[in-house]
Amino acid sequence: MSATKTQSNDTNTAKIACSDVHVFYADKEAIKGVDLNIKEKQVTALIGPSGCGKSTFLRCINRMNDTIDICRVTGNIQLDGQDIYAPEVNVVDLRADVGMVFQKPNPFPKSIFENVAYGPRIHGLASSKADMANIVEQSLIRAGLWEEVKDRLDQPGTGLSGGQQQRLCIARAIAVSPSVILMDEPCSALDPIATSIVEELIDELRQNYTIVIVTHSMQQAARVSQETAFFHLGEIVETGATEEIFTNPKDPRTESYITGRIG
Amino acid sequence: MSEVSEKTNRLVGRNSARRPLELAIKALLFACAGVAILTTIGIVFSLIFETLRFFGRVHFLDFLFGLHWSPQSAFEGAGSTGSDVDNSIVFGAIPLFAGTLLITLVAMCVAAPIGLMSAIYLSDYAHPKFRKVAKPILEILAGVPTVVYGFFAALTVAPAIRGFGENLGLTVSSESALAAGLVMGIMIIPFVSSLSDDVINAVPQSLRDGSAGMGATKSETIRKVVLPAALPGIVSAMMLAISRAVGETMIVVMAAGLAANLTINPLEAVTTVTVQIVTLLVGDQEFDSAKTLAAFALGLTLFFITLTLNFIALRVVNKYREQYD
Amino acid sequence: MTDMSNTPEGAARKKRTAKRYAAEKRFEYIGLAAVLSAALFLVILLWTIVGNALPALTYNYVKIPIDLTTEKLTAENAGSFDYRKIVRNGIYEAVPGVKGRKDRKKLRGLVSSGAAVELRSEVSENPQWIGTKQDIYLPLSDTADLYLKNLMGDITRPEAERKFSDIEIKWTDQLKEQGKIESRFNSIFFTHGASREPEMAGIWGAVVGSFLTLLVTLVLSVPVGVGAAIYLEEFAPKNKLTGFIEININNLAAVPSIVFGLLGLGFFLNGVYLGWFTLGGGFPRSAAITGGIVLALMTLPTVIIASRAAIKSVPPSIREAALGIGASKVQATFHHVLPLAMPGILTGTIIGMAGALGETAPLLLIGMVAFIVDIPGGFTEPATVLPVQIFMWADFPEIGFQQKTAAAILILLCFLIAMNAIAVWLRNKFERRW
Ligand SMILES: Nc1ncnc2c1ncn2[C@@H]1O[C@H](COP(=O)(O)OP(=O)(O)OP(=O)(O)O)[C@@H](O)[C@H]1O
Ligand SMILES: [Mg+2]
Repeated sequence: MSATKTQSNDTNTAKIACSDVHVFYADKEAIKGVDLNIKEKQVTALIGPSGCGKSTFLRCINRMNDTIDICRVTGNIQLDGQDIYAPEVNVVDLRADVGMVFQKPNPFPKSIFENVAYGPRIHGLASSKADMANIVEQSLIRAGLWEEVKDRLDQPGTGLSGGQQQRLCIARAIAVSPSVILMDEPCSALDPIATSIVEELIDELRQNYTIVIVTHSMQQAARVSQETAFFHLGEIVETGATEEIFTNPKDPRTESYITGRIG
Repeated sequence: MSEVSEKTNRLVGRNSARRPLELAIKALLFACAGVAILTTIGIVFSLIFETLRFFGRVHFLDFLFGLHWSPQSAFEGAGSTGSDVDNSIVFGAIPLFAGTLLITLVAMCVAAPIGLMSAIYLSDYAHPKFRKVAKPILEILAGVPTVVYGFFAALTVAPAIRGFGENLGLTVSSESALAAGLVMGIMIIPFVSSLSDDVINAVPQSLRDGSAGMGATKSETIRKVVLPAALPGIVSAMMLAISRAVGETMIVVMAAGLAANLTINPLEAVTTVTVQIVTLLVGDQEFDSAKTLAAFALGLTLFFITLTLNFIALRVVNKYREQYD
Repeated sequence: MTDMSNTPEGAARKKRTAKRYAAEKRFEYIGLAAVLSAALFLVILLWTIVGNALPALTYNYVKIPIDLTTEKLTAENAGSFDYRKIVRNGIYEAVPGVKGRKDRKKLRGLVSSGAAVELRSEVSENPQWIGTKQDIYLPLSDTADLYLKNLMGDITRPEAERKFSDIEIKWTDQLKEQGKIESRFNSIFFTHGASREPEMAGIWGAVVGSFLTLLVTLVLSVPVGVGAAIYLEEFAPKNKLTGFIEININNLAAVPSIVFGLLGLGFFLNGVYLGWFTLGGGFPRSAAITGGIVLALMTLPTVIIASRAAIKSVPPSIREAALGIGASKVQATFHHVLPLAMPGILTGTIIGMAGALGETAPLLLIGMVAFIVDIPGGFTEPATVLPVQIFMWADFPEIGFQQKTAAAILILLCFLIAMNAIAVWLRNKFERRW
């Protein structure tokens, strides 16, 4: 883990390399051969019309699709050069390294502290109580929530506002010190103010984490991401630097989508 | 003008033609629903009426807190009203409550872990094909009449436990609380598992995803997220199961004892509230004797206990469901 | 992620992960063990019942020469004639050379005491036998039958400890060697009512009693239950009274069945007390009608809850469609909603009836435990039901009754399985996903 983090400062290294990824729900093919390189310590946005397979693809990266019985994934996804679907890979370790934030904030019905401490506890990351308290504090600070909750850590996480809950979920994800964070429409349940706070947070997190974000908001993709991949009907139509895609799309489908004609 | 009135006439006419019949039907349907209330009222009244007559002869504190139960020695007959003192000594229900509790405890020790773990396994681990076979098997356990369990307990389980205990050098009664409790536990397994299944499934998938997304294994997710979240529901499921066990009659009538021993040793014979109700009422009885009336007092106690358990449990479950809707 | 196992930190983590996976497997196996143990209990239960019941499905008959030449027997009195002496002489002839009062008595005991009754019905059916000699199969005694089925226990025990003496064993073996003993389907068990003699005891009386009782339950609980469900789902205003009825029904569903027995008995006792009716006169306590009423009250909540669920699952669009073309609420309900809810209601009803069929405790209390020999012919005649019969037989000490009990259970379970199978079939056939 620590080795991978100090590996390189070169932002152009592919942190995650996907090639020829297919996903089937029973007989239905939801992802039809996707190739995508995700660069380290950058925010990559996945955009595209509803039902095109963004979530499905995102869930491949930390193998959340394993939890769906009828779902089958083929192809190759490498994280730091390691095939994550190889038999020797432990899905539990993989998910500790590739965290996930969901569309709807889903704090556990436990205290704020326990929500954040949950991950470090199951992965055995804290050696002492003080250590755990430290991890929780650091995670909450990084998620920009510390100031708001430091006096009520023992209160239920479900009692926070939606935006706070989502940041709690981000804190929960970074508490296990992942190197990648996947976010599936993290702001879709939030109001504009909460959204802008989370967006700022994402921008800061970029310094330490590789982030993949699914969003329906073109503005959001433009604001927070450096790279963008446009999905359409289970395929990637176009991928490249965000600026490039938004100012100078090569594919007509991309253009009509970002200008609002598909969607 | 005339056209309009014709129209309204038609409307009014149609409606009024239907109305009496519809009202009658509605009244009939309401009466049907009323039968449910009448039943409850009937239960409460028939129990209270006889119980009050019983408490006219035996003080209710002696009944509720007395340590000695031997109604067969109750003095009956012409002068029985003058023998209140005697009857008070023989109608102390504590041994029955203790016996009921002991057998219920044994039953829950069997049913709670097996039922809960079965529900977890079937909803989260089992292959769909396995689940398709296993669920009906559990349902069959629930459909077996209790008299059959009673026969099974008396014929097979009690002698087996006795033999096993004697091999270990223990003295085991042939009507041990263990045998009756064990079989009652088997009977309650499907009850616990189906109720647990409901509450476990009510925990939203997003919580499971949240936990799995952080790298928790399935069992960690279940033990640390799902079960704590489902705890109120599981507690009330257990309460409903306990209420079932407390009110269960045939298994204990056939496999538990008649002697009102006050003991916590499950290898000994104990008796229960339901056993005593049946014993007091079955066969030739004088309708007006303290013994017959005592059965109604026991029945009222039983009704009250199960009603309270159910009432609390249903409220908790409903609250809990609302939380995740 | 790739090279972390090389660092000490990574190695520790790997170890931890392995441990967590072990815990995961352990948890899964505990769950599997729980399911399997429940299944195992069921297997043991069924095994015990079936194992005990099978011997009761057959019975051993002995072929003995029957002399019907006596003048006293005519076609007219064939149905009332006392055949005991004829049977007695027959067995003396079948096992010749037995002298002494005591031994002869024992020999007589080798055939069932009900054999004369069996013979009577055979002769009445075959009047042409009168005046002839016939070889007729008659039921052996209970002990002889058990001996032949190897259910006597250890027959090498001292004679005094057994119910079947050495000489009886000798005769039975002798008859068997001569081919005079035949194991037949135990038709007595399926056609007779209760009896103190294990070999003469049958289940038919209880089956008929159960059928009549259930019929009463069905006729009372289904219309009332469905009516209540319709009212609560379709017409009830959302007010306190409705809420109270709902809570009431839910709690009623969880009231122990024995309390319904107390209700029945209390009603009866108070009725006597207040002079509504007198003891022994008119309204027998152990009749199908009394049991049926108590079971109907007990089943009512089940029927209501199932019917409500079925009615609720009919989508509102159906009602709206009917109301939209001018049907009244009542018409919409009875013409459209109810037919669509019917399969669900039927399924719930059958399951409720299955529960009533297996119920014992309330019937014990209202007094359906009487020992009833005759097959009930109507709703007000004394009757018993299958589960109560099982309960009573389970209490009899004779080994023969143990098998009878198990066989009766087997029959009860067959009825229950049939009812549930119908319910499942209905559900699958008519299940609709809206
Ligand atoms: N659990 C599932 N079972 C079966 N099919 C599924 C499942 N999840 C998704 N699909 C199908 O896979 C396709 C892609 O779905 P996915 O959720 O990945 O789309 P999406 O791009 O995230 O859409 P949205 O923007 O609406 O979230 C859809 O056609 C969907 O119906
Ligand atoms: Mg999505």
